[in-house]
Amino acid sequence: MIQTESNDMAQQKEIVTLTVREALRDAMAEEMRADKTVFLMGEEVAEYNGAYKVSQGMLDEFGSKRVIDTPITEHGFAGVGVGAAFGGLKPIVEFMTFNFSMQAIDQIVNSAAKTLYMSGGQMGCPIVFRGPNGAASRVGAQHSQCFASWYAHIPGLKVISPYTAGDAKALLKAAIRDPNPVVFLENELLYGVEFDDVSTDPEHVLPIGKAKIARAGSDVTITAFSAMVGKALEAANKLAEEGIDAEVIDLLTIRPLDTETIIQSVMKTNRIVSVEESWPFAGIGSEIAAAVSEEAFDYLDAPVTRVAGEDVPMPYAANLEKLALPQVEDIIAAVKDVCYKG
Amino acid sequence: MAKKKTQVSKEQALEYYRQMLLIRRFEERAGQLYGMGLIAGFCHLYIGQEAVVVGIQSVLSDKDSVITAYRDHGHMLACGMDPNGVMAELTGREGGLSKGKGGSMHMFSREKNFYGGHGIVGAQIPLGTGLALAHQYNKDGGLCVAYMGDGASNQGQVYEAYNMASLWKLPVIYVIENNQYGMGTSTKRSSTGKNYYSRGQGWDIPGEKAEGMDLTVIREAAQRAVDHVRSGKGPYILEFDTYRYRGHSMSDPGNYRSKEEVEGVKVNRDPIDCFKAHILKDYNVTEDELKLLDKEIKAIVLDSVEFSKTSPEPDPSELYTDILVESN
Repeated sequence: MIQTESNDMAQQKEIVTLTVREALRDAMAEEMRADKTVFLMGEEVAEYNGAYKVSQGMLDEFGSKRVIDTPITEHGFAGVGVGAAFGGLKPIVEFMTFNFSMQAIDQIVNSAAKTLYMSGGQMGCPIVFRGPNGAASRVGAQHSQCFASWYAHIPGLKVISPYTAGDAKALLKAAIRDPNPVVFLENELLYGVEFDDVSTDPEHVLPIGKAKIARAGSDVTITAFSAMVGKALEAANKLAEEGIDAEVIDLLTIRPLDTETIIQSVMKTNRIVSVEESWPFAGIGSEIAAAVSEEAFDYLDAPVTRVAGEDVPMPYAANLEKLALPQVEDIIAAVKDVCYKG
Repeated sequence: MAKKKTQVSKEQALEYYRQMLLIRRFEERAGQLYGMGLIAGFCHLYIGQEAVVVGIQSVLSDKDSVITAYRDHGHMLACGMDPNGVMAELTGREGGLSKGKGGSMHMFSREKNFYGGHGIVGAQIPLGTGLALAHQYNKDGGLCVAYMGDGASNQGQVYEAYNMASLWKLPVIYVIENNQYGMGTSTKRSSTGKNYYSRGQGWDIPGEKAEGMDLTVIREAAQRAVDHVRSGKGPYILEFDTYRYRGHSMSDPGNYRSKEEVEGVKVNRDPIDCFKAHILKDYNVTEDELKLLDKEIKAIVLDSVEFSKTSPEPDPSELYTDILVESN
């Protein structure tokens, strides 16, 4: 179980410990109880209880009309989901993994994201595309890719990628309630991890577009999202032993990116390291580097530094896979570089 | 003999004639405005295919939804959308149905249940299937008509949609407007098999092919499809043999087909001429009545042209609106 530092937990009714998997399920189930137009569709979501058991028990509670097993046909069912959203429903479309969303990306980008604009504001598309994103473990190049940068590129989409179970629940609920298309990027390796920060209040949601300070610090800013927040926090704890006090920002939302929180932090620490699992080229770190250069250039005491996945397709071999992904040591090394303590 | 559902009064017959003629005259003017540089980009005219959409729409009810691809002006007019709004969208003006931000291929009307207007060939078919899912989910008694061309009929997502629509018995009619050419490629060069309607067989979806230049024939086929779908039996496919007189878009000179071929259709199968002959003969419609209609339509179209020229360009601030719905 991972203990979190949360600012507002004392104000909440009841906080429990749950896995990310359970928290996501509770988020969907609570919203489906509250709003009859919300439904879940995807491969294996119903009778199999979810390929990763995220929708455990939902078929039993809501029935096959609202928890719909689809054929293996991502392009088609993503389009069906978008059409249903045009028709007034609020679909949650699960991709077994976001790797398969590439089959459907035309419907996400051209149909879901652009239609509001192309219709002069008439045709909203309240839909959530969700599922595991990024590398799992030893599944090779075609099943280990982070799509944060891909979807964050698109005006008309919101992109969320939380780390803790409590944030996952509160943000998925916000995504379902949001009148826009939202891409909700989960992480397979986090599904089974317990966090002590899950609110049981059905009305508790977090605002989309707001990052959080996962660990306050004064010497250097580290930004991360999803599983990399865990790595960043681990690095921060080790750095503290060496006298470097790092501030870790959990981005939570990738688009719209909360640059204000990042800039405020950099104005305090004067140094920033961006951590992300995906490739460096045109990545989220590139965007953060641009934002910091534009808005806090005079505050920087060191170059903006990126820690990212290696610029290669994901290898299968255990040692190569480890080399391809950002590790705690890589974050520590980058932080020491920007603190000139290498 | 029992009266056929598709038998119509003189007033209705005149209304169908009026709708077809409105589409033709509207499209002719749009072509002219394109030539004058007032309309730009892609502009796909529906001239020649008018009977298909007018025939189908004539058997639908207000609760039904419609979606199509990019050759969509005729569908919008047949759905009752304002010609001024359509023409002003073509000229990219504030008064356009999408405030000038969509263009020829992207117009919508929630009020008229018209869901676009989509520029990606075939994408409208899963979308329409999703609209049908919403009809079924909401139990509102409506169905969706999803139009496509012979070109879209070779897209994989069409068959993904067929599968789900049949599996879930969704209330959807797929209408294939087979105008014989997907852009410059004839159906013979693009497609195996003789027909597109029969491609639903693998998914147990019934279908039929009919003459697409004869409004009466189209209405009868459409009524069979509607009866099937409304009875809860799931999707139905209609294929219509039709023909577009103009190029694929305005930049297409149409060198892939002979002048004789095009003229042959215009002379022998023109949907408006055929229907005109029918109503003159069978409904005692007079030439004077038709002249009056011509005049009325000319006025509507000229109004739309005037509106599309005088409506201002969108305010620069519109660049940044309608990207996201603001949350409460």
